[in-house]
Amino acid sequence: MKEIRVLGTGCAKCKQLYAKIKQQAGELNIEANIIKDEDIASIMSFNVTNIPAIVLDGKVVSSGKLLSDKEINEILTKS
Amino acid sequence: MLGIFTKLADWSIDKLGLSLDTNLGKSIHFFIEDTTKIFILIYMLIFIISLFRAQLSPEKIKIYLSGKSRWYGYFLAVFLGVITPFCSCSSIPLFLGLIAARIPFGIAIAFLVSSPLISEIAAIMLFSMGTKGMFIASIYILTGVIISVTAGWLADKFTLERYLVYKPNIVEIENTKTDKRSEKIKVLIKYAHTFALDTLKSIAIYVVIGLMIGAFMHGYIPQEMFIKYLGRDNPFAVLMAAIVGIPLYASHAGVVPIIQVLLEKGVPIGTSLVALMSITAISLPEMIMLKKVFSVKLLLIFIVFLLLAFIVTGYLLNFI
Repeated sequence: MKEIRVLGTGCAKCKQLYAKIKQQAGELNIEANIIKDEDIASIMSFNVTNIPAIVLDGKVVSSGKLLSDKEINEILTKS
Repeated sequence: MLGIFTKLADWSIDKLGLSLDTNLGKSIHFFIEDTTKIFILIYMLIFIISLFRAQLSPEKIKIYLSGKSRWYGYFLAVFLGVITPFCSCSSIPLFLGLIAARIPFGIAIAFLVSSPLISEIAAIMLFSMGTKGMFIASIYILTGVIISVTAGWLADKFTLERYLVYKPNIVEIENTKTDKRSEKIKVLIKYAHTFALDTLKSIAIYVVIGLMIGAFMHGYIPQEMFIKYLGRDNPFAVLMAAIVGIPLYASHAGVVPIIQVLLEKGVPIGTSLVALMSITAISLPEMIMLKKVFSVKLLLIFIVFLLLAFIVTGYLLNFI
């Protein structure tokens, strides 16, 4: 099962991104462990300075923007 | 240049069959002119800024700063603070990124202070306010720059870095991959457009609420009230504005229309700007987040410094 970690310190866009990913994963029936990570030390450990960021199985795949539905879809369906 | 929005509002009022002699006509005219003007200006501004922001990384800033003087660094940091997100929750990670990239602490602090303190959105909204707008926007930016640079300088002078609780790992400079240039520009423009549109969407509601509260205050609260409580003759007005605003938080986009009314009703510029800065610069959620990074002592120094800076700024501006 893939692990998707949404990094954000609680900004509006971070919350929106997390909600969008959760919703789409549900719609697409993708089993994933979706985590919202708000811990600043943890965020920094991924060397991310622009939030919100998405970490897919330990790798940063996007940072600094609220992705569109299509972009989220691509990340979710990427194996 | 801004006259086009007045013309648009004139035209709309005409089409709606309203007259500028009625209160309703006047309110709608004000609303159409201000919302279209603010939205279009903000879109353009954020679009241009996003082109820069997309390329921003602590590593690049470090390379850029190497060999330049410390003062140059403070001012560059403040500039970065202006063009980065106005929400402090997103500036803290970049602040830590700067420290991880071994950029001097004071420069990182100048960035941390200026990022929420000086908002490009607030500046452009103040600017669009009419004849005095340019002057007020300049004062707003200038005082913000002075406060941020002073904060950075003091942080270095008293080596406040030792009070940092969270020490980020030092990051090695990585080479970023380069795409084809034309491809890159296309992606960049798309990013800038999306970012500008997202920003507009997220602040639209605050602008509208702010404009509505502003319009209400404009029409229903008598001028004497403002003068009595926030006027030049009340020596505590600045103090009050600064202290009350510190824990409070509201979006720049929502506060500026209210500040605009305060200014029109005769509240002095110092008191008005202090209210704007204090409400938007630091808030309870930000303090909680900073608590994880700063020691209690540093957090207190940070808050007291801002409070004092606002009070001094307020009294100075009122005095001039």
